[in-house]
Amino acid sequence: MKYIDEFRNGDYAAEVARRIHAEADPGRRYRFMEFCGGHTHTLFRYGIPDLLPANVNMIHGPGCPVCVLPMARIDAAIELAVRHQVILCSYGDMLRVPGAHRTSLLKAKAQGADVRMLYSPADALRIAQENPQRQVVFFAIGFETTTPPTAAVLLKARQLALKNFSVFCNHVLTPPAITGILEPAQQAGERIIEGLVGPGHVSVITGGGAYESLAQRYHTPIVIAGFEPLDVLHAILLLVRQCNENRYEVENQYSRAVTACGNAKAQSMVAQTMTLRDRFEWRGLGWMPHSALEIRPEFADFDAEARFELSPSDARENRACECPAVLRGAKSPTDCKLFATLCTPDNPIGACMVSSEGACAAHFSYGHTR
Amino acid sequence: MSLDNDFSHGCVEMIHGGGGRAMRRLIEDLFLQAFDNPLLRAGDDQACFQAAPGRMVMTTDSHVISPLFFPGGDIGALAVHGTVNDVCMSGATPLYLSAAFILEEGFPLRDLRRIVLSMAAAAQEAGVAIVTGDTKVVERGKGDGVFITTTGVGRLPDEVHCSAARVAAGDKILVNGFLGDHGVTILSQRENLTFEANLRSDSQSLQDLVAAMVAVAPDIHCMRDPTRGGLAATLNEISQQANVGMRLHEKAIPVRQEVRAACEFLGLDPLYVANEGKLVAFCAPERADALLQVMQSHPKGCDAAIIGEVIEDERRLVRLRTGFGGERVVDWRSGDPLPRIC
Repeated sequence: MKYIDEFRNGDYAAEVARRIHAEADPGRRYRFMEFCGGHTHTLFRYGIPDLLPANVNMIHGPGCPVCVLPMARIDAAIELAVRHQVILCSYGDMLRVPGAHRTSLLKAKAQGADVRMLYSPADALRIAQENPQRQVVFFAIGFETTTPPTAAVLLKARQLALKNFSVFCNHVLTPPAITGILEPAQQAGERIIEGLVGPGHVSVITGGGAYESLAQRYHTPIVIAGFEPLDVLHAILLLVRQCNENRYEVENQYSRAVTACGNAKAQSMVAQTMTLRDRFEWRGLGWMPHSALEIRPEFADFDAEARFELSPSDARENRACECPAVLRGAKSPTDCKLFATLCTPDNPIGACMVSSEGACAAHFSYGHTR
Repeated sequence: MSLDNDFSHGCVEMIHGGGGRAMRRLIEDLFLQAFDNPLLRAGDDQACFQAAPGRMVMTTDSHVISPLFFPGGDIGALAVHGTVNDVCMSGATPLYLSAAFILEEGFPLRDLRRIVLSMAAAAQEAGVAIVTGDTKVVERGKGDGVFITTTGVGRLPDEVHCSAARVAAGDKILVNGFLGDHGVTILSQRENLTFEANLRSDSQSLQDLVAAMVAVAPDIHCMRDPTRGGLAATLNEISQQANVGMRLHEKAIPVRQEVRAACEFLGLDPLYVANEGKLVAFCAPERADALLQVMQSHPKGCDAAIIGEVIEDERRLVRLRTGFGGERVVDWRSGDPLPRIC
């Protein structure tokens, strides 16, 4: 734990904050987007905005896997559990996300569906082995970080020749999401952010090189950061410096975990089992080409979308919900009329209020009273 | 059939709750022997005792926990500690407990005996007598092994007036030791989340610590045990009830390295994790140092600390000055704490 304590040292933090104050040009505006929900959480949990000058602002990005999943995919998971009566295994946060008609996996469970919360996809495999007479589906979500474990269970399921196990694959990719945010602004000749705090855990898998072309194409500095508060504060200092020096490079603040090329073994397992989808719908960013993964045809026996017939969803977002704009960094959670009134962590209307890493939930829990 | 209870290999059967001879034998062989005291031995449907003059306090609590046995305790000890502590958070001396058991058909009698003996030991340690009780059996699949409801009665000294309503701006906030031990221990034992942690639940009764505190500071404004929802829920409750805000100092809050590490790993916050042997106390600032000294000189309070103060705040917020130098709100938690996805 000493290792972590050093990254939370208030004296170091004061020194880095002092440098940010000294180096930030009072005549400029610095808008930095933290892509990851984990960074959003860190910002609020440690009160980092209190340490920044008034002209250095953090904007929350789309990097919460729970928040970016569109309602239609949640409806599909509910349908698997209710109509197809599978044992639906899911990470905890997904259980509370509302689908169409204010249903959720948690509500389906209360009404008798067999929905089980798990911590690792390997648990889903074990449940399948223990229930050979039942179909078991793993509701796979997340960015590049959670994809390799899903790939590992697909390989294991094939090795075990399981007949009752499949994966409902919803894995999404980070670089297209960054493109989805920066490209429309570039085309409109606008600038919405001056820099990006790049993903930490995702970059452990992808490597820092995955963002080089984005930094160049959009003239936007990217600093990959760890999740300790000092990591994030340090990344902000590095972004301020790049802005001041008119540089737009990928810098790796998280060098203790992230390399240029990433984790080759994890990349290989994902490549063996999954391939790019032509297009995938993201909450807030709409349909984006080549932005998500699907299970390879060779593994079709373990693909829930191939095994079960799923109905088209009639899901419609609440019109007043600003989650889409919040996910694009176009609005702050407090700009939403529903925020902290109709939409709260106890009664979430939008997905950003569900996960603790969602921008709205973080605002509500740690800072909505500012 | 034989009515002898086989505490090595037998299990709870529906007949044990049927009101007949089998139920009577279970009560005699197990509960009466373990909890033995004159009031219980009288065998009436109620316990009859002489009430002392003055104020009495009464509380009740149901106990459900998985797993039933864990490092540092079990559901039996927990059922005693939880209710004893609820009684003594008023400043009262706990005297009597009732215990009602809901048993699931098929539950091993060996485990039941282990739980009952643990309750008896916990009651003896806390100086309370289990004087009345009840046993019901539900069909297999309709319970979770054992549920235990305990009700406690205690006597409150005339000069003690502990209540959230007395908490006022300026009060100091004290805790008696490390937070989160119980919740993280239980999480580490869950079937699908087993991880190595050299931790024990802090389950314990606090009557002797409270007696020492009340002796030196009978004007303690409020005490409460931060069980479910942890310190965060308890402080938010009191803020609402007293119409005040609070400011905590993260560096002053005692949390073990192991608990911090486990919470880090799971994406949880120790402030929201359950405790079973901890209390939070509020007192006037001029009494805080003396109270802290008494707590620290008691074995159940040796790691006590002053963790913050009560402030005026019409929005009734609990704020935390982080060790990092910023400030954040410590809000109510929504639902169960869920480990993060990535």
